[in-house]
Amino acid sequence: MDERLDADTSQHDKDLREMVLNMGPHHPSTHGVIRFILRMDGEVISSCDIDIGYLHRGIEKIGEMVPYQGFVPYTDRVDYLGAMFVNHGYVMAVEHLLGIEVPKRAEYLRVLADELNRIASHLICLGSITMDLGAYTPFLHGIRERERINDIIEELCGARLTYNYMRVGGVSFDLTPGLRSKILDFLDGLDVFIDEFNRLITFNEIFVQRCANIGVVSKEEAISYGFVGPNLRASGVDFDLRRDVPYSAYPELEFEVPVGRGFVGTVGDTFDRFYLRIEEMRQSARIIRQVLRKIPPGPILGKVPKKIKPEKGKEAFSRVESARGDLFTYVMADGTEKPYRVHFRTGSFNALSIVPKKVAGLMVADLVAFFASLDVIAPETDR
Amino acid sequence: MDVEGIKSKIREVLGDVPFECTGFEGYVCVNIRREDLLKVVSFLKEDPSLRMDFLMAVTGVDLAGIEEGKGFRVLYHLFSYTHRHTVVVRVDVPRDDPTVPSLAHLYGSANWNEREVYDLFGIVFQGHPDLRRILLPEEWIGHPLRKDYKQPDTILGFPATRTTMMDKVRAARAKGKEE
Repeated sequence: MDERLDADTSQHDKDLREMVLNMGPHHPSTHGVIRFILRMDGEVISSCDIDIGYLHRGIEKIGEMVPYQGFVPYTDRVDYLGAMFVNHGYVMAVEHLLGIEVPKRAEYLRVLADELNRIASHLICLGSITMDLGAYTPFLHGIRERERINDIIEELCGARLTYNYMRVGGVSFDLTPGLRSKILDFLDGLDVFIDEFNRLITFNEIFVQRCANIGVVSKEEAISYGFVGPNLRASGVDFDLRRDVPYSAYPELEFEVPVGRGFVGTVGDTFDRFYLRIEEMRQSARIIRQVLRKIPPGPILGKVPKKIKPEKGKEAFSRVESARGDLFTYVMADGTEKPYRVHFRTGSFNALSIVPKKVAGLMVADLVAFFASLDVIAPETDR
Repeated sequence: MDVEGIKSKIREVLGDVPFECTGFEGYVCVNIRREDLLKVVSFLKEDPSLRMDFLMAVTGVDLAGIEEGKGFRVLYHLFSYTHRHTVVVRVDVPRDDPTVPSLAHLYGSANWNEREVYDLFGIVFQGHPDLRRILLPEEWIGHPLRKDYKQPDTILGFPATRTTMMDKVRAARAKGKEE
């Protein structure tokens, strides 16, 4: 056959063979509304584009229209699985702006709330990874444990999902009398649960094969694409804001920072990101035990002016280690009672931006595993 | 590295070009002209004693409400995983020509972060590989985080506001008072 003719038809064949597949916005594995526009060659993805913004609520614009204190409930809505962290990041940025000192007890309570929230968020993440890969039971086990955290946080601040717990200068409620033993009960149960979870799914042959060596993100890529938190550490970067850029009460607490080391496959693969979160839950439990032991008596709210009016043109930023990593908050003041500009840069947003680059050559089923392990929360990317 | 160290390093790159450098608790703020942005940031990234390898965020600010007649400001928060220091690079751009060179070839995370600033502020990043709207629909008109943005009556054919139950109650109360 004529060679030139052959070359022409192969391109033509490719065009005919390739199919554009819309995955989402309503797809069980996208955990919210995110749309993948996949160019498929059979089962294999040849290129991918992501359409986000379905959950854009203009929270940054709302921030310019409400007073400083009044914006705290809105920050809950930025990340519904980790509302405490966004609360914490925002109030910390405003405190930097004003130079307010926060009482020690309030700092410890913030850490307590953060770590409880971290465990809750990781439980959902671990559960949803397994659910996306076809195992429904571990997800329900995760939900069951999270329910107990919800009960604890409900007793602490009266809400189960959108906490609105932190205030500029402190927190809104102190520990209730019976809460300490309730939390300790939960932590004892958590240790048992993690072992059970590992037996149930983590080292399951099929699960390991679906996760190991899939979606490997190298150290350099992770840093360049702005990976943060567990995703960054899974790629082998030993960095944790709580330890390396300490804030709140973390300098006084002891904990280890687990780093991905290729537990069964390569460093930075899907299994590393999964297993790292399990390790992190153990460390969070350790931190909570220390907080309950060390928490000092005293006030829970510092001296805060009735009307918060920072100087015109002043700006501040804060960084908080959220369940999805370094949460960056920027606040600028213009001398009125309302912020002039509020900006959040969330972990999910950066993590999602690497997906189009990494998925070429993967199967759709692997995209599901890779994407689930990044722990992307749609409202957090869209704000 | 401390404030003075970082200041003298940047002085090395820029030579006689004037720039502002302020030290804050834990970080350094640098105001530069947009022509120097690429030069300064690639130096901050490559220099072994600085190694700003993490672009934390790209933030746009409309300065119209801070000072009369001012344009936009773009802030780049940079952090070094190697040395654990932070530098904030600030670039002011005029309102009638909102363009900044893109950093997408230096940092992977710049790609989406710059798209977001373009979407919400209309600041054009020159040399960006794929500058499209990211959060808002492609048919959207205007850039909502600009201070002079007016919310239209209808958005993509849908009314932007709607009367709620409370509006009816208020109207009824006002009517009752009149009578």
